[in-house]
Amino acid sequence: MSDLSYVRTEMLPQKAPPATSVGVVGWLRENLFSSVGNSALTVVTGALLLMLLSAILPWVFLGIWDAESLADCRAQFAEMYADGRTYACWAVIADRWDQIMFGYSFGNLNEGLYWRPLLGLALILVALSPILYPNVPRIMYVATAATLFLYPWLIWGGSIWGPLTLAMCIIGGIVAFRFASQVMITAFALPVAIVVTAVLIMVVMGPLSNGLASVAALELQPVPSREVSGFVLSITIGIVAIVASLPIAIMLALGRQSDLFIVNKLSTGFIEIIRGVPLITLIFVATVLMKYFLPSHIDLDPVVAVMILVTLFTAAYIAEVIRGGLAALPKGQYEAADALGLTYWQAQRLIILPQALKISIPGIVSNFISVFKDTTLVSIVALNDPLGISGAIRSNSDWNGIVWELYGFIALVFWIFCFSMSRYSLWLERQLQTGHR
Amino acid sequence: MSDSVAPPKETFRLSMLLYDSRYRGITIQFVVLVLVLLALGWLARNAAVNLAALGKPLRFDFLGDTASYDINQRLIEYTSTDSHGRAVLVGLLNTLLVAFMGCAAATILGVIGGVLRLSSNWLVSRLVALYVEIFRNVPVLLWIFVCMFTLTAIAPAPRAFRGDTPEASMLLWDSMAVTNRGIYIPEPLFSRPLGDLNLGVFNVSIELIVLLAVLAGSLFAMKWNNARANRIQTETGDRPNTMWMNIAIVIIPFLLVLIALGFHIGKPELKGFNFKGGINMSAPLIGLWLGLTLYTTTYIIEAVRSGIQAVSKGQSEAAFALGLRPGRTMSLVILPQALRVIIPQLISQYLNLTKNSSLAVAIGYMDLVSTLGGVTLNQTGREMEAILMLMAIYLTISLTISGTMNWYNNRVKLVER
Repeated sequence: MSDLSYVRTEMLPQKAPPATSVGVVGWLRENLFSSVGNSALTVVTGALLLMLLSAILPWVFLGIWDAESLADCRAQFAEMYADGRTYACWAVIADRWDQIMFGYSFGNLNEGLYWRPLLGLALILVALSPILYPNVPRIMYVATAATLFLYPWLIWGGSIWGPLTLAMCIIGGIVAFRFASQVMITAFALPVAIVVTAVLIMVVMGPLSNGLASVAALELQPVPSREVSGFVLSITIGIVAIVASLPIAIMLALGRQSDLFIVNKLSTGFIEIIRGVPLITLIFVATVLMKYFLPSHIDLDPVVAVMILVTLFTAAYIAEVIRGGLAALPKGQYEAADALGLTYWQAQRLIILPQALKISIPGIVSNFISVFKDTTLVSIVALNDPLGISGAIRSNSDWNGIVWELYGFIALVFWIFCFSMSRYSLWLERQLQTGHR
Repeated sequence: MSDSVAPPKETFRLSMLLYDSRYRGITIQFVVLVLVLLALGWLARNAAVNLAALGKPLRFDFLGDTASYDINQRLIEYTSTDSHGRAVLVGLLNTLLVAFMGCAAATILGVIGGVLRLSSNWLVSRLVALYVEIFRNVPVLLWIFVCMFTLTAIAPAPRAFRGDTPEASMLLWDSMAVTNRGIYIPEPLFSRPLGDLNLGVFNVSIELIVLLAVLAGSLFAMKWNNARANRIQTETGDRPNTMWMNIAIVIIPFLLVLIALGFHIGKPELKGFNFKGGINMSAPLIGLWLGLTLYTTTYIIEAVRSGIQAVSKGQSEAAFALGLRPGRTMSLVILPQALRVIIPQLISQYLNLTKNSSLAVAIGYMDLVSTLGGVTLNQTGREMEAILMLMAIYLTISLTISGTMNWYNNRVKLVER
């Protein structure tokens, strides 16, 4: 009997999982064909996707890059394909690349000025590096400050002494603020500094820059604002709005959170009015009404007027994001700052704002993305952003009737900018994640 | 004799306005108010001086002048002999029309997309993610142009529908025609009409009022029916089936009224060079609607996704543990909680869509901006009045939408301790 019994003494080796649940097959079964309904969904979607791709991909990749005009493109296609198939005519992009990117100012009219917007963009990238990446040396902030004054000079031209003396006046204002804040509270030192800056700009700046210019001209060929166009215009409006709106937005958000009744109501009213109207009406205000609101002897440039209004628009939206950040901070933070005996502005600068701004970063970046997309609205008031330029290209007899290629290309450029901004925001959010909120 | 010292007599000194934090706030506010008033006064004075120099005092009587321009897409009667004021009203209704159509379509597509985005099917969820990333990183104005162009370039011209062997044919049993001039859809007609009710500014057909009244009555009756079922349930423990009765309450009176009014459908027909009859949705309306919808849908998809993901897994597990079926878990446990996250985002997207509808001016849809801020402004030369009015109207619309939505949001809000 005993020799018939069998007792297993060692463990069986683990069996490999069935071939249908690992590897490619397993992944397919789990993610695409887990049930009948799912399989049907996969098949239908896949078929639709294939149809779409088989229509779009050949059109994109079999396109012609070398042609004189749309008619030329069509002739080439007729020569190549007997059955009358046509694909994209990318030659329009190759032909009008300069115009779309740099607009008229640096393109057709003034050959050889491309280095100015290109250098400007390079400067912006350098200037952004300390803001974008936390581990770039702090000394780079000097480049950021310099770019604020050099970029407009590169775009609009003229004498370099204008921006430089403006920078000096602002430095004068900052010095005045330092001195004033030692003898009085910040709420009063701030207006004093602003008045000092304004006086310096109005009284000292003109004569000083003229005098310096007569010693050494250092001039770039001026470019009229109307001719700043193409993606250079979009990027310029976008950057100005982004940079200038942040401080305004912070003031508005603090104002809206303030206990002071009048300050609170004024900030709230401003934010709600700006957020309640479409951007296009504000752009109309800039181009049509601005001249009424200023004394008749001031001739405000339309592009500058648009920039001011777009900045105010962005500021109102970002103010709401920052207010959300301020409201999300635990009350203990405010109370701790009070307990340490910090004044209002010290508490804001050292304790409240660093945390509130950190929470608000995703919202702020998504507003930056929208303002960059919204710069296309200036084409409605006949400023030549890429969409305006595309209309101009189509009205040329060479490229009359071309649409998809132009829109596709412009969309692609916008997409690259906006997509990378949103990815950057996600990355930064992870970087700043300190495990608590 | 006592140790206590009388508290120092409080006297107000002028320096306390600066150095006493109790009074400093007043000083700051006063200074801010004066500065703001000065700035506003300066702007207003400049405007008054400049307008007077041009001989254009701020007056709104241009709204009564004859408009003398045509608007082919309109909801109320309008001819070019009507006043600018009426043209503005037509534009306002057009703005509201496209905003309403856009919000409705974007909500439906957004909810479907948001659910598909969370689907366990890899292909589907990635496709939706791709759609979101493509559409929301490109300016909405570009999408509006693309949609408008697609319609006018790809859809056949009305003459393609003519002849014995037409190149193009109508859809849905010859009731709908997609042409490059717009889409023609059937219209509801009544063979025994009741006429129009004159509301002073525009007419409303009485049939519509009657139908709405009947529907409202049915809903009221349905409410009563549900209340009755609740009462029986609390008394006996058994809940009578309310579904069939509710369906009957809603549908039967409505059908009876439709039959009484002689309801039939008027199909668009090709007459001469264009379609006649039916409702015409012009090409700019369709282009704007599609562009706004495709763009706003991406934001609603993200809102729905974040809302559903914000409900913790324990909630659905608890619901399953209580024995609720998946459908009821969704409707009773997950959705009510997800809605609290979704609705505020939806409100802001509705507002954005309404404001973005002002881009109509770029493709020639006669909305508020195209009428008041476009043709009317150019014809009358009243920039200041027209643009201020434009902003005031948009502000009113925005505040109304956000006010209504916030009221609703407060009703569904979680009441905490």
